[in-house]
Amino acid sequence: MSTKGSEFAGVRIAGPRPGGDLGDGASQATAYLLSLGDDALVYAQRLAEWLTHAPQIEEDMALGNIGLDLLGQARSLLTRAGEVEGAGRDEDALAMLRDEREFRNVHLVEQERGDFAHEMARMLWFSSYQVELYSRLVGSADETLAGIAQKAVKEVEYHRDHATQWVLRLGDGTEVSHERMQAGLVAVHPYVRELGEDYPAARWAAAEGVGVLPSTLAGPVNDYVSGVLDRATLAMPDAPRWHARGGRDGIHSRPMGYLLAEMQHIARSHPGATW
Amino acid sequence: MSNDNWPLYEVFVRAKRGLNHVHAGSLHAPDAQMALRNARDLYTRRQEGVSIWVVASDDITASSPDEKDSFFDPAADKVYRHPTFYDVPEDVEYL
Repeated sequence: MSTKGSEFAGVRIAGPRPGGDLGDGASQATAYLLSLGDDALVYAQRLAEWLTHAPQIEEDMALGNIGLDLLGQARSLLTRAGEVEGAGRDEDALAMLRDEREFRNVHLVEQERGDFAHEMARMLWFSSYQVELYSRLVGSADETLAGIAQKAVKEVEYHRDHATQWVLRLGDGTEVSHERMQAGLVAVHPYVRELGEDYPAARWAAAEGVGVLPSTLAGPVNDYVSGVLDRATLAMPDAPRWHARGGRDGIHSRPMGYLLAEMQHIARSHPGATW
Repeated sequence: MSNDNWPLYEVFVRAKRGLNHVHAGSLHAPDAQMALRNARDLYTRRQEGVSIWVVASDDITASSPDEKDSFFDPAADKVYRHPTFYDVPEDVEYL
């Protein structure tokens, strides 16, 4: 792989400069792609934890499938990030050999697994965000990213449908299921706002026509989720007194280190192993 | 939670346009809409189908194994029910 730079959106961008600095374009483009890829990768890891823990074996399969869809998106996005970075890192190097501070995912996806209602609340928000995101990235000036989005948007529409179906049933189910679904919504609420916050790499990507400003997604995402909650007889939680921040800058919460340890330790214990 | 809580559904998958829906298996789901989605995840994950039907297993009236003899054996010696007793004219095509 070239270490001299690469193309992004058809434009040749500078590679690493002497001294190891990335050119500005390459560094912003890489950061943007990593943000998208890390969201998918980390949530895939959390969803894989549900295997054998879901209420039914059928739901094990459903959550596993959704996790694998996200893993596929992460692979494409990290591969593209590695190409754009031009430093010779492939998807494996980016997924398995980066440390916590280099991950750019939001806090929502790294939080520990709660109960099933809690997971459906998280999935409803996250998949609604991804549907809005990918349906806009289909028009990205970067053909590779547009292609990834085109494939991914069908997958995340299904994820959103899955979460929607469950939120409707739990919310409008029994007294207990309603209460627990509402508690799940309250628990994830402090992590929702970060999905719609702009960050430097996203501003750069939006200005170049390759990305989307997260703040433009917040409205449609909120509308969709509100609609589901209405139908499910649930209430949108009050604005939380604090909200998560910093994920896009590599500042993460306590569970992230444990997640990475579990996800990365085989790859790091046996470097370059294949099977 | 045990499987007792969720009813059983039978899943029928159509492999491609023009073919019949064929019984693929069964699964548990809280209701028919969720059964469809579970069936999608369990039985069409390798592009096995273009259409799915689900039917609550309770809604199927099935012949009983106890009645097998009286149901099916009497057909065993009725060879005249097979269309093998007349010659097909040579100029009949597509038969």
